[in-house]
Amino acid sequence: MRTLFKNINVEIKNLISRKARSFLTILGIIIGVAGVIVIISLGAGAQALVLGQITKLGTNIIGILPGKSDETGPPAAVFGVQIKTLVEADVEAIRNKTRVPHAIDIVSVVRGNVTITFGDQSIDTTFTATDGSYVRVQNVEMDRGVFFSDEEGRAAANVIVLGYDVADQLFPNGGELGQIVKLKNNSNSFGSIPFRIIGVQEKLGTVAFQNQDDQVFIPFKIGQRQILGIDYVQFVRIRTDTPENVKTTIIDIEGVLREQHRIKNVADDDFAVRDLADAIKILTNITDALRMFLGLMAGISLIVGGIGIMNIMLVTVSERTREIGLRKALGATSYKIRNQFLLEAVILTGVGGIFGIIIGIMISYLIALGARYAGYDWSFVISPIAIILAVFVSSLTGIIFGLFPAMKAAKLNPIDALRYE
Amino acid sequence: MLIELKNITKEYDNGGVVTKVLKGISLSVEEGEFLAIMGPSGSGKSTLMHIIGFLDRATNGTYLFDNENIKDFNDDELAYIRNERIGFVFQSFNLLARTSVLDNVILPLTYSKKKDHINLATKALEAVGLGNRLSFLSNQISGGQKQRVAIARALVCDPKVIFADEPTGNLDSKSGNTVMNILGRLNSEGRTIILVTHDRNVAEHANRIITIKDGEIISDEHNSNPRKSQMIEDDQDIELK
Repeated sequence: MRTLFKNINVEIKNLISRKARSFLTILGIIIGVAGVIVIISLGAGAQALVLGQITKLGTNIIGILPGKSDETGPPAAVFGVQIKTLVEADVEAIRNKTRVPHAIDIVSVVRGNVTITFGDQSIDTTFTATDGSYVRVQNVEMDRGVFFSDEEGRAAANVIVLGYDVADQLFPNGGELGQIVKLKNNSNSFGSIPFRIIGVQEKLGTVAFQNQDDQVFIPFKIGQRQILGIDYVQFVRIRTDTPENVKTTIIDIEGVLREQHRIKNVADDDFAVRDLADAIKILTNITDALRMFLGLMAGISLIVGGIGIMNIMLVTVSERTREIGLRKALGATSYKIRNQFLLEAVILTGVGGIFGIIIGIMISYLIALGARYAGYDWSFVISPIAIILAVFVSSLTGIIFGLFPAMKAAKLNPIDALRYE
Repeated sequence: MLIELKNITKEYDNGGVVTKVLKGISLSVEEGEFLAIMGPSGSGKSTLMHIIGFLDRATNGTYLFDNENIKDFNDDELAYIRNERIGFVFQSFNLLARTSVLDNVILPLTYSKKKDHINLATKALEAVGLGNRLSFLSNQISGGQKQRVAIARALVCDPKVIFADEPTGNLDSKSGNTVMNILGRLNSEGRTIILVTHDRNVAEHANRIITIKDGEIISDEHNSNPRKSQMIEDDQDIELK
């Protein structure tokens, strides 16, 4: 044990006497290890961000979109095509408890752009017209006031819930509850409709590049008929009693809708019923591909680091071979030379590995901080497997390319090693 | 008899072309001798010394060191002999670069079982007049000082024989004289010195001179009046930079 410490001491002295070489080797390992950690952390963080936003909505949510779609691709409505086949009669049929027993909350939704005016202030925003149960389906949290009730929704009462930023812009000094604002759709000739403010939604920030605080909520019927002037439903969201009943409920809904639309053949469906599991599956596929791509980049950074280590080791082979010749001439056995070079490689890769881990984690953390500052719910993920793999691979490169030429040189006659060019 | 060579040959095979460097050398060296091996370049004198000094192996022939046949030694045993029983001084010094004088001299001790490395190395450096240069780096001292460090390194494990391969070859005459003087003193203290040189003036420090030409010994003469250079004092530094 004492000799080991002594050897380590001597070896550190040796390494310090060859600053440039030691530094470049360590740098190679740092690049490899830190690169892998940062890239893997980025991939995992991005995946967690995307999937987290989906699962936050709850895993017992079902969406119905008008228009046919195949299993894996997105429905046509996603591309902005307005399909008018989903109507309120369909939603009423789904509300039938005997047909769809596990559906607890069923909300119809239409969305559009609108100008909201208070006094001489007006701003453009988007509105969501829906039912009172929306608050439970989408986990809406209120900053102040209340969301409209099921009754208010059905009665098409002139009440409105503001997004946080909308409230902030129209009422910078607060006091908006009970005030009357006017909503007008600029793309048709309908007049302005007055609404009484009953609540302000909690601040949500930006999700999927959309500012969730720049919107308002109004009862479904008013939004559909009096603002958009349409008689169809853009999409329906349903909450089931338990996540386990999602699949049976989808089958129930599909049965009801086929009956409503007089569809005999599944292939002729003019609607798509999806649950979040499907969405998560699609997104997981996409983000997994992203992560694999990033993993590939991490691999490249490992190779870059490895080539750096390899180069510096090979460049110094002749100098080191002469050194080995000298050490042998002074009485070193091959065994001692191997130990010396192994110790050297272990120290270099160890120091490089530790710094690589520290720097990699620091950069990942800074990226997470930056992403959070930019408003993303970014989680700081560090993969221990990635760290172990990166340290293992770069250490192995260092040890192989440090040790292999040394072992070869140690087998030479001392004089041949001394005279090596 | 300390060293006994019988019909030693050395051949190099360069892609089918066999070069005979040593053509049957027989030689005996007694303990305490100061032997100079002379010869023009390419004569095989260095090869001969590398074989005697365990840095290379002969192609054929017998080599008895202290009455033991070195054919029976494995690589580790040869390493032990190089470490404990002989010391080597090279023409090009072969010090570890960017390493202190003291650490250079400690280097052979790290491969030995000896303890108290710093003390032994310091004593060896004092013996060559470099007691005041311990912490200097090997690239901060002059050529003559480097060679004296190399002698201290050869000396530090207290060997029976010191081999010197053109030890003055890279030095000016003043530094060369100092180095030869130290070797002469080590010989008078009872150590066997084997020296390779092409320079008659250097060879005349020895009390026996053999001459090699084309891989064969052509003369073996006793030098009854070895040359002496001026003595140096331990703390006197002749070749300050």
